[in-house]
Amino acid sequence: MISIIETAFDPWQSIASYQKKMQRDGEYGACATFVGTMRDFNQGDSVNGMLLEHYPGMTEKHLEKIVVDAEKQWQLLDTLVIHRVGELLPNDPIVLVVAWSAHRKDAFEACRFIMEDLKSKAPFWKKECVVSANQQTQKNRWVEKNTSGY
Amino acid sequence: MPIKVLYFASLKELFGCAGQQLDSKGLTTVGDVWQQVSKDREYSQTVLHSVNQEYADLDTLVKAGDEVAFFPPVTGG
Repeated sequence: MISIIETAFDPWQSIASYQKKMQRDGEYGACATFVGTMRDFNQGDSVNGMLLEHYPGMTEKHLEKIVVDAEKQWQLLDTLVIHRVGELLPNDPIVLVVAWSAHRKDAFEACRFIMEDLKSKAPFWKKECVVSANQQTQKNRWVEKNTSGY
Repeated sequence: MPIKVLYFASLKELFGCAGQQLDSKGLTTVGDVWQQVSKDREYSQTVLHSVNQEYADLDTLVKAGDEVAFFPPVTGG
């Protein structure tokens, strides 16, 4: 399942409730998970908030394509991708990627693949609110590129 | 039917709008659309493009009714 949401979520709660609904008990032996969380620093600056913009329609379409690509390469029982958009605060979970499989290799590798592809190609953009060292001023700036995941 | 052009993130701010409708006459490729909307202005950052919500190149063909988007490198996750 792919979900783009505008409100805060608890990734651990999301995994538990989705896994229950999946009705694959006894089939999966591995569940690999990645949770991306908002930091309160970036490039040496303090950050106290963030706005996440996306391209409605293309985002969902692209994430579906990534999951289909993963399903072609690994034996997966199910996947879950949740991504926040809108206004976020430090420590808010941003993204959740989960892959269920019979064995760990497929689950680990598919989870990594989905996450790396999402980071490099899914149409999301972050604008962060940077606070000056003396906490007196703040400014908004677009994050220009993601760090390499490898 | 016109071509629907969309801008996202820093490009939306640069253009001062989220998008516009263009007459498709004389526009054959994504590059033609970009040239028309950017008016040959130079952009310091990389600009990515999509046609009908799929990544495209500057030489990808466009036609009336297409949705063409321009945006900076993505930074999700």
